[in-house]
Amino acid sequence: MSEVKSVATRVGYGEALVELGNVRDDFIVMDADLAAATQTGMFKKNFPDRFYDCGIAEQNLMGIAAGIATTGKKVIVSSFAMFAAGRAFEQVRNSIGYPHLNVVIGATHAGISVGEDGATHQCCEDIALMRTIPGMTIINPADATEARMAVFAALDCDGPVYLRFGRLAVPIIFDDNYKFEIGKGVELKEGNDVTIIATGLMVNEALQAHELLKAEGINARVINMATIKPLDKEIVIKAAKETGAIVTAEEHSVIGGLGSAVGEVVGEECPVPVVKLGVYDVFGHSGPAPKLLDEFGLRAVNIAEKAKKAIALKK
Amino acid sequence: MDKVSKLELQKVACKVRMGIIEGVHAAKAGHPGGSLSCADILTYLYFKEMKIDPKNPKWEDRDRFVLSKGHAAPALYAVLAQRGFFDEKELLGLRQIGSMLQGHPDLKNIPGVDMSTGSLGQGISAAVGMALSAKHFGNDYKVYAVLGDGEIEEGQVWEAAMFAGNRKLNNLVVFIDNNNLQIDGTIEEVNSANPIDRKFEAFNFNTFVIDGNDFDEIEAVLKKAESSDKPVAIIAKTVKGKGVSYMENAVNWHGAAPNDELYEQAMQELNAAYAELN
Repeated sequence: MSEVKSVATRVGYGEALVELGNVRDDFIVMDADLAAATQTGMFKKNFPDRFYDCGIAEQNLMGIAAGIATTGKKVIVSSFAMFAAGRAFEQVRNSIGYPHLNVVIGATHAGISVGEDGATHQCCEDIALMRTIPGMTIINPADATEARMAVFAALDCDGPVYLRFGRLAVPIIFDDNYKFEIGKGVELKEGNDVTIIATGLMVNEALQAHELLKAEGINARVINMATIKPLDKEIVIKAAKETGAIVTAEEHSVIGGLGSAVGEVVGEECPVPVVKLGVYDVFGHSGPAPKLLDEFGLRAVNIAEKAKKAIALKK
Repeated sequence: MDKVSKLELQKVACKVRMGIIEGVHAAKAGHPGGSLSCADILTYLYFKEMKIDPKNPKWEDRDRFVLSKGHAAPALYAVLAQRGFFDEKELLGLRQIGSMLQGHPDLKNIPGVDMSTGSLGQGISAAVGMALSAKHFGNDYKVYAVLGDGEIEEGQVWEAAMFAGNRKLNNLVVFIDNNNLQIDGTIEEVNSANPIDRKFEAFNFNTFVIDGNDFDEIEAVLKKAESSDKPVAIIAKTVKGKGVSYMENAVNWHGAAPNDELYEQAMQELNAAYAELN
């Protein structure tokens, strides 16, 4: 078996920006003094005249992006998830969301896997915050391949898009034949005993959980839910009906994220057990990202445990 | 409308003030004080300064206007109605269910509104974005914004000013409606941003101080702004509640609607002022 390559989704993002820059010049890229980290620096290096740094001022970053979008031009803005969704929440809501402007927000360093920077930078609330804004599209890619495809799709999406990327290098799951579509979940593994719906770096863990469960005779369906809003209700309801139990897995608070979104749909359309795996209403702390993922229970083994719990809850 | 006389501007401003009072009275809510203070600035911009087309409000090369102090929406709506963007009758629907005229400007549904505003401090960033877009994509339109003197207590205003100054966005003209009153009192009592002109100067703006209720001064300063190599900040000294005697310099008319009796009085005063202009 060949060794799996690992690349951070933020790198897929940066590379996609350069690719897009090579074929079209109808958009601007902006950052708030984090270009080297968010990877918009790649675009800056290649297209210095099409990149604007607004300094450490995320509220202004969002407002400027809104202004640009009102003129009918495209703009992609970046910062860490904590500052893009957190600090600038109200600017995103009122200046971008309310007028439904075509702004793409590339938010990197989301979740616990930020690692050593610790709790102030480990944003596990961004999906919850962005979900509450009417008309916001939220995409949390599973690997660098999907990240690249999501950037391409986001640039021509109607209305604002929040792209969520990670700092940590994660295994490449998809090749160029993968079909990404905004608003569509993708079934990666068949199974009828339970469904694991995962997003972001938890998709790779979900695939491993599928193998762990298979060894115990449990057939777990695995769905990659890159788009958290608008949620692919159809694939969720189908999974609820066919497998009778669901586990959600996300590197985000269990309050307001993928698990909540899935739970809302299942509760209203086809009630079956929904067991959520995520960050359980606590702040993170400093440490190497892989160890933090172990400590916070964001691993395949944890998903497998939750899957068994979900199955036990079936009536 | 190239040759608009001062008298004509004064008449329009008077009509605009009536529109403000009618709208706020009908809504039984709204912000008359800060709408009346900036009415002359908005009238000048829409009737003499800006390159706009009421029949084509989304015209790509139009000049842009951002009412960063979005609570002065009644003034903006009254000016837009006077300028022909929509029917004057709409003003009576201000803030009511089913009306397009929201409590604060909404770009999606109101012809002529270039940016949704209302949360203070945010409009100027959008104006900066518009100015940056024009520079980057090679459009020659200008961007005008009106901010409140209380609004500039918001930190985002200075983030935006820093960016505009550093990027030399000389296609941006910012008015500060300096009526000296905010909800909790005078700006000195609450948290003064004075000296406002020197602050914008420090942020690399060309800065001017004028009487913001005087069309000659507005015209003169905008002429000077044309040749600026930097963004322009105009500190416009205005009278809050201007044109309605009991509202002038009265902080309690920041966000309150007149009752029927006071409405009649306000309209009588404005009608008398209008008659004098004829």
